[in-house]
Amino acid sequence: MDLAHVAILPILIPMIAVITNLLIGDGRSDRFVGLNIAFAAMSVLVAVLLVASIILAGDAAVAVYPLGNWPVPFGIVLVADRLAAIMVLLTAVLAFAALVFASAHWYRNGTNFFPLFHALTIGLYGAFLTGDLFNLFVFFEILLAASYGLVLHGGGRNRVRPALHYIAVNLVASSLFLIGVALIYGTTGTLNMADIARVSAQLGEENRGLFEAGAAILGVAFLVKAGAWPLHFWLPTAYSAAVPPVAALFAIMTKVGFYALLRLWTLVFGEGNDFGQNTLFVLGLLTIAYGSLGVLQSKALDRLASYLIIVSAGTLLLSVAYNDPGVTAGALFYVIVATLAAGALFLLKDIIDQGLPAEAQVLAVSLEFYGDEEDEEIDEDQEVSPTIPAGTALISCCFAIIALLMAGLPPFAGFLSKFIMLSSAFDASNAPTAATWWYTAAMIISGLLVLIAMVRNGINIFWTSMPEEGIQVRVAEIQPIIGLIGICVLMTLFAGPILDILNDTAALLHSPQAYIDAVFTSMRNTQ
Amino acid sequence: MELTLAIAIGVLTASGTYLVLRPRTFQVIIGLSLISYGVNLFILSMGRLRTDAPPIITDKANIDPSQYADPVPQALVLTAIVIGFAMTALFLVVMLATRGLSGNDHVDGKGS
Repeated sequence: MDLAHVAILPILIPMIAVITNLLIGDGRSDRFVGLNIAFAAMSVLVAVLLVASIILAGDAAVAVYPLGNWPVPFGIVLVADRLAAIMVLLTAVLAFAALVFASAHWYRNGTNFFPLFHALTIGLYGAFLTGDLFNLFVFFEILLAASYGLVLHGGGRNRVRPALHYIAVNLVASSLFLIGVALIYGTTGTLNMADIARVSAQLGEENRGLFEAGAAILGVAFLVKAGAWPLHFWLPTAYSAAVPPVAALFAIMTKVGFYALLRLWTLVFGEGNDFGQNTLFVLGLLTIAYGSLGVLQSKALDRLASYLIIVSAGTLLLSVAYNDPGVTAGALFYVIVATLAAGALFLLKDIIDQGLPAEAQVLAVSLEFYGDEEDEEIDEDQEVSPTIPAGTALISCCFAIIALLMAGLPPFAGFLSKFIMLSSAFDASNAPTAATWWYTAAMIISGLLVLIAMVRNGINIFWTSMPEEGIQVRVAEIQPIIGLIGICVLMTLFAGPILDILNDTAALLHSPQAYIDAVFTSMRNTQ
Repeated sequence: MELTLAIAIGVLTASGTYLVLRPRTFQVIIGLSLISYGVNLFILSMGRLRTDAPPIITDKANIDPSQYADPVPQALVLTAIVIGFAMTALFLVVMLATRGLSGNDHVDGKGS
């Protein structure tokens, strides 16, 4: 099969899945669970195919699919370069794990879970693959529309209220997105991202200001999606209100904002242009600081996970702002690890919630206020060796690994990614600048705070609240978690080859000429 | 014409922003609608303002681009309107659900 045709498959397959689901009717029926898992698995296969074909095709290979075969600056194109392909694969893996998890019972909590879930992945794949600014908006709306439905999945007052805020904030952000796109179109006369990159270099002085204003407004829209301070306030409530498999998939939604910023800033403003970098850097620092404090003050596991997403959003913003290929490669490594680990944490939280007695969550909160009951008599038999049932042992191990991944401690991939980012930041300049030190401090201190919070939560859950008989763990629910963590562990083992690929990706990203050329030569002769 | 349009966009967006920041859900949804009208007009204006210039080319023999309006912003506005309506409708449903569940129309579901 032609390389370019693979680029549209990640969008087609979930689209067929949505249509099939709507045609076969009742989404709550058990009969179609297997079918939906098969669709998700097929998306993973296609994503693997896409990544493999692009990597095998050479260093600067870019798969371009002109929809309807219209000539390039006018028609809409799908562009799969290495970054897009890797993000698609990451989404597919996370979506597969979340879907398998949801197939245990969560899909029955409301209507049309599966079609909405697949529709969300259409939007995600499309946003990563599109090479057209307005189409980016359309795919954003597809993924947001599906996510509105999914936030509400399960219903109830505690979901509807955060969903209302979430929708209102995102509608305003969409308006900003349109204003930004319109300003960029008004000054450059094109919507194709490669064409914008070409035209923006030759913009006259009179249009430059308007163009940059457009880019800045667009940037604000992306920052809302990315959950940057001070535009993040909808995020913790919405994410912790969503049902766990949905929240797990949402872990990648903030990364769409990061992706869009990285894509547009490297493509349009390119090397040597520091438009908005300082602002992004400061926002990144504030986001990471706010997220770390939020992590520290979270007593419930779902809020902790939401704030962890804000911490990783801050880390990624800092890395985009650093604008250095080495740092970008580290950030790509980090984005994979952080997304998978955050997804796994959201899923794990559900198993823990099911296992804990209802008052345990309250206990975890009240412990903070009233102090530990230290004077409790300890049974002699219990003191020697309470048998930890296998289920509890398994999930506590998973929790520990996620904590290490999130805090960036050795030996796992979280440490490697932070190490790559920091060492590249120091390599980038001969003498480390103030920015480098801020960057280092933010990474290390946030890691420490995350570790403290994770350990404290772990102690609260596994030592003080765990029921005697342990937690019953369903196989369908623990499998995807182990899978996600397993991928993170494998990334630690194969860090060398993966980093080589990511380094090439970052290099391609920071010298976008190959991307632009590929888009412009994509017209194919059908005659 | 430029001035009229600029004032219209400004007034729509400013009123919309004010309403979005109000505490009642009805005000928020009207504000969102006003903002989206303002944004749609803004997109249209980005194709440069022209009168009596159709965006569709009819005479294929001798095309003079200066005789025609830019069709792209019009296509964009069409898409933006459709998406905007759909999202507003969805927001309305959620708004009604909050109203039903919390018994009042405050955006935080509290107050009287």
